[in-house]
Amino acid sequence: MNMLIYLIPALCLGGLRLAAFVWSLLSGQYEDLEGAAWRVLDDGDD
Amino acid sequence: MFCGACISTVEAAVLRLPLVRSARVNLTTRRVSCVWAEEIGGKPADPVDILKAIAATGYRTHLFTAGALDESDTLRNKLLVAVGISGFAAANIMLLSVSVWSGADAATRDMFHWISALIAAPALIYAGRFFFLSAWNALKHGRTNMDVPISLAVILSYTISLWETINHGEHAWFDATVSLLFFLLIGRTLDHIMRDRARAAITGLARLAPRGALVVDADGSRRYVPVDEIKVGDRIALAAGERIPVDAEIVSGVSDVDLSIVTGESVPLPVGAGDELKSGGLNLTGSLMIAATATAKDSLLSEIIGMMEAAEGSRAKYRRIADRAAGYYSPVVHALALACFLGWGFLDGDWKHAMLVAVAVLIITCPCALGLAVPVVQVVASGRLFKHGIMVKDGSAIERLAEIDSVAFDKTGTLTMGRPRLTEAVDADDRDWAIATALASHSLHPLSRTLAEHAATPALGFEAVTEKPGEGLEAATPEGIYRLGRHGFACPGEPVGDEPRRAASEVLLPGDGVILARFCFEDLLRPNASAAIRALDKQGFATAVLSGDRIAVVEETARRLDIPLWFAELNPKEKVEACEKLQSAGRRVLMVGDGINDAPALSAAHVSMAPATAADVGRQAADLVFMHDGLDAVPMAIDISRRAGRLIRQNFALAIGYNIIAVPIAIAGYATPLIAAVAMSTSSLIVVANALRLNRRSEPDMPQRQVRPVLAGTRRTA
Repeated sequence: MNMLIYLIPALCLGGLRLAAFVWSLLSGQYEDLEGAAWRVLDDGDD
Repeated sequence: MFCGACISTVEAAVLRLPLVRSARVNLTTRRVSCVWAEEIGGKPADPVDILKAIAATGYRTHLFTAGALDESDTLRNKLLVAVGISGFAAANIMLLSVSVWSGADAATRDMFHWISALIAAPALIYAGRFFFLSAWNALKHGRTNMDVPISLAVILSYTISLWETINHGEHAWFDATVSLLFFLLIGRTLDHIMRDRARAAITGLARLAPRGALVVDADGSRRYVPVDEIKVGDRIALAAGERIPVDAEIVSGVSDVDLSIVTGESVPLPVGAGDELKSGGLNLTGSLMIAATATAKDSLLSEIIGMMEAAEGSRAKYRRIADRAAGYYSPVVHALALACFLGWGFLDGDWKHAMLVAVAVLIITCPCALGLAVPVVQVVASGRLFKHGIMVKDGSAIERLAEIDSVAFDKTGTLTMGRPRLTEAVDADDRDWAIATALASHSLHPLSRTLAEHAATPALGFEAVTEKPGEGLEAATPEGIYRLGRHGFACPGEPVGDEPRRAASEVLLPGDGVILARFCFEDLLRPNASAAIRALDKQGFATAVLSGDRIAVVEETARRLDIPLWFAELNPKEKVEACEKLQSAGRRVLMVGDGINDAPALSAAHVSMAPATAADVGRQAADLVFMHDGLDAVPMAIDISRRAGRLIRQNFALAIGYNIIAVPIAIAGYATPLIAAVAMSTSSLIVVANALRLNRRSEPDMPQRQVRPVLAGTRRTA
């Protein structure tokens, strides 16, 4: 039964992952997938 | 705007302005959003500078009006959140379930079940609402769709699992319930994104169309008025190269009007004071003063839209293949589950066990694979079509396209480019060419444009070139007067010589009364048009031409393309009737057309396609829009849809085959949650893998075109 203590951090980590996903969605990171693919190539020095 | 270089060019140009705080380009929706200061240095800032800066880099800008696009964006976000939440729930519950399956003792099992139930409940309510609402809507209207068995299975299995948990039962189905939802939501989201992408591209094209006209007030002042606000009797100044905004009558001026998009007539029509103009035509050569005879609401266009709505009979009745399948599937499944419940109950006397078996049957048969079978194939198919420059408005278009057996084409702008081609230059030497090119380069008339493009020799530099709208061009030079134009204008004295070519237009170049050269034109066929027609013939499709153009021209085109069946001089209504006649004879027609006059027929046909150059209303009416010039888009789209149709049927067969194996296990009462989870995931994976085969198969037997970013060059919108 003591092993069950590990459930708590496991579920918390899962919850963190979910929170991170929702945050990334709401902050608009999925708005322009096509543009993001191109921005990787931009050095930003022009 | 279509690549990384464009992003940095536009952003750099805007950020260079002192008033702009930040700017970000969105390549998917092709928009720029800026944050700018209200005032700099005490002076109020003018956001028009931003537009100017972007225009200076060579991109056209339009102010964006918030609308339907934003709504679908929020729906997409909601779906994504739902996918995320159900994915989270599915993963965690599966983790707990694995422990249960590997033999947790009773107390641990109970607790794991309770935790699972707690995770599943909010996920079901939040992520399942899309299915519940849709199922409820269908039931309210007395129909069933795919969402009814889904919702029922999800709700029932959750309730039973909860009940089992409360009673310290051995089997709970939380994992199956939630992962079912997770898989189905993926299908739903993909379907939505696919439609979104096509819609964004198509509304992008619509934004390029002019939405206003220059109205001249009684006192002579001019103001730019949106099309909707033009009143009957308003005088409108129409420059050469502009589209006619509303039905109108010419007050003064002469010009040529290109009506190809309105009536299908391929040769520009000379017009003068007193002539009636239909909205949508293109004013080519001279400026006109016109008086509106109808508002935008009552113009030809709205008449056409009325006809389109009337014509949409067969399409509104069409039921998606998944819904049709659900129509057969759900009664069988529900009857089976009920039979199991009653059968086990009466045979065994153990009603609780009977209930569990019935739920197992429902979960095993729940159309997890069926729910994915259609959308995944359609998303892959539309992705492939998208790569070839073909936009699909929704999945049902792919299903309908796979069913057709006849193809009807409009002529002008569809089989042909709506642009003339030089077929013959009689007696033209280098000097004649130089003169003709010099003259032609002064005009917007399509024939002149073509002539100027064909120039092999450098043009002479004429200074005084005058354009006589509706007739031709004239240049006074020291050597004499040169004219380029139709027969009656170019050499008024000469009688018309040999019979004017029936299907072609002709332009003469006389110098001082003597004909120096003669240029013959005809409408340019779309690239790969004959290859496309041949490909369709070979696959056994009946082809036909439905055109509003003159008989001689249509006959010539049909003959050149080997199309046996053609109808000419049809008005929009007759086009619809021609379509309906074919369909009532049991044929399923694909209509390909571009003009305003084709729009009703596009709605009447079983499925329809339009080129990107089509009139707005034509594009709106069509199910598919192709961006490249080549007509090979038509056989290609049919081919991909047919293969998609085959894969959908295969997927159904796979899903049903899986049921035939799995259902007896469930009925026999041996389906534990573990077996259900394994079986469900495998069947979903098989269906998805099968759908992906669409990407791998060989190309159709058509001339290959280079795959390039869609819209490249045609849309420099920022």
